[in-house]
Amino acid sequence: MDVHKISELFNQDLVVINIGLESFAENLKKEGVRVLKLNWKPPAGGDKKLASLLKRLGR
Amino acid sequence: MVERDKANQEAASRILAGKPTLIDISTAGEVVPGMNKNVILHAGPPVAWERMCGPMRGAVIGGLILEGMAKNREDAQELAASGDILFEPCHHHSTVGPMAGVVTRSMPVWVIENKTFANRAYCTLNEGLGSVLRYGAFSDGVIARLKWMAEELAPILRTALQRHGGIDMKNLIAQALQMGDEGHNRNRAGTSLFIRELAPHLVMLDDNKERISKVLSFMHANDHFFLNLSMPSCKCTVEAAAGIEGSSVITTMARNGTDFGIRISGLKDQWFTAPATMVEGLYLPGFSAEDAAPDIGDSVITETAGIGGFAMAAAPAIVKFVGGTPKDAINFTRSMYEITVAENDVYQIPSLDFRGTPTAIDLVKVVETGILPAINTGIAHKEPGIGMVGAGLVKPPIKCFHDALEAFVEKYGD
Repeated sequence: MDVHKISELFNQDLVVINIGLESFAENLKKEGVRVLKLNWKPPAGGDKKLASLLKRLGR
Repeated sequence: MVERDKANQEAASRILAGKPTLIDISTAGEVVPGMNKNVILHAGPPVAWERMCGPMRGAVIGGLILEGMAKNREDAQELAASGDILFEPCHHHSTVGPMAGVVTRSMPVWVIENKTFANRAYCTLNEGLGSVLRYGAFSDGVIARLKWMAEELAPILRTALQRHGGIDMKNLIAQALQMGDEGHNRNRAGTSLFIRELAPHLVMLDDNKERISKVLSFMHANDHFFLNLSMPSCKCTVEAAAGIEGSSVITTMARNGTDFGIRISGLKDQWFTAPATMVEGLYLPGFSAEDAAPDIGDSVITETAGIGGFAMAAAPAIVKFVGGTPKDAINFTRSMYEITVAENDVYQIPSLDFRGTPTAIDLVKVVETGILPAINTGIAHKEPGIGMVGAGLVKPPIKCFHDALEAFVEKYGD
C-alpha cells in the first residue's frame, strides 16, 4: 500500500459524495465540507415483493 | 446481454425506425378495421357504459346524435345502456382518440402509414378547444361543427393532400420540437408547419374561396390541430414494437377517465389497469379542481413514443398552459432518460445540446426506480355536456406498473 498517497489524501480538502442518509451530508455541509448528495433509493423503493420480482429478472 | 435487453433493443430500434406518413383522410366507417355500424370507439382501456365517466358519456351521447341513432340526450343514454352498442377501445382498432376519444362511423379520420413496417393508424380531426365532443360536450353547436368537419373540412383537406402527396410526419414533428412544441399539449409550431405544407395546394383547388378560407381559418384558430396528427403518427410508430417476445417496453398507455391502462410488448394485448388519477394543473376562468374529471384520453401515446411530456424540455412555453416552470420542463425530460431504453435520433431537444428524446419506456426501469412516466394533458369537466376546464400534469397510478411487472415475471422470470 502506498502510505505516502494516503497521507496526501488527508492533507487535502475533503470533497464528499454521500450515498447514505441525507443527514450525513447535512452535517458535513455545516462543517463547510463540499458534499454532493446522491439521489439514491433502494430498488422499487425498498418494497420486498417487488424487489424479489426484479431479482427474478436478473436485476 | 440478457434476452430481455436484446428484446428491448429490438423494440426500441423498431420505434426509432418508424416513418409515419400522412397518406389520406377518409371516414372511420371506410378505413378503421372492424368499424361496424353498432361499434363506438373510445379512449383508454376497455370500459362499459355503466363505468364510463361523465365526459366520455357526453361524447357517446354526441356521437349517437351525430350518427342519427338518437334524437336527444335521453334517447342516446337509453340506447347506450341497452347493450345494442358495442363499446371498444380505439387501441383495439389501430386508432387513437384524444380525451374521450369517441369515434363513430361517419367521422373523418387521418390515415397515417408507418412506411417502414406498412402498418397504419387512424385518428379523428381536431375540433378545437373548449366546448367540443372529445371533452364531453354535445350541444347543437358541437354537432353542427362535427358535420361541417365531415362535409367540408375533411373533403377539402383530402383534395389538397392528394395534390400535395404524402406528408412525412416524422420530419414535421422533428421540426416542431425544434420550434418549441412537444407534440402533446403544445402543437402551435406543428399546426403552423402543417398549414404551410397544405396552403399552396388549398389555394389551387377548384372550390369556393370562402370555403377554403374557412378551412385555413379553422386550422389557424386551433393550436391543437396538429395533435390529432402527432397522435396517430406516434401510434403507428409504437405499434411496430408490440408483441416482441421477452420485451418489457411499454407499447400502450391510455386512460378512459375511469381507469389508466398500459400494455407491454412481450405481454401482447393484455391490459393492466388501475383507477385513473387526477390532473394537477391550471384551470380556465370560472373552473377549479372540483370541476375536473380524472385523467382521460389516448393522447398519452405521444409520451409512449417519446415526445409529449418526455420532450417537455423542448417546449418551455408549455408551462403557461400546464403549470410549473421552464426548469421543471427540463427536469421532466431529464428524469425520463432513467426509465427509457433509447434516445431518438431524429426527435432532438435544442436546450439539451440536441440530445434525442427519451424513447421506449421500460416497465422494469419504471418499477425499479419508482420514476413514473411524465404526462401532460388536458382536463375535462366531470359532468357530460360541458367540455374543457383546464390542462396540467398527471402521474399515472403505480399499481398498473406493479401488476404488469408481476405478470411479466410470471411469464419470463427464472
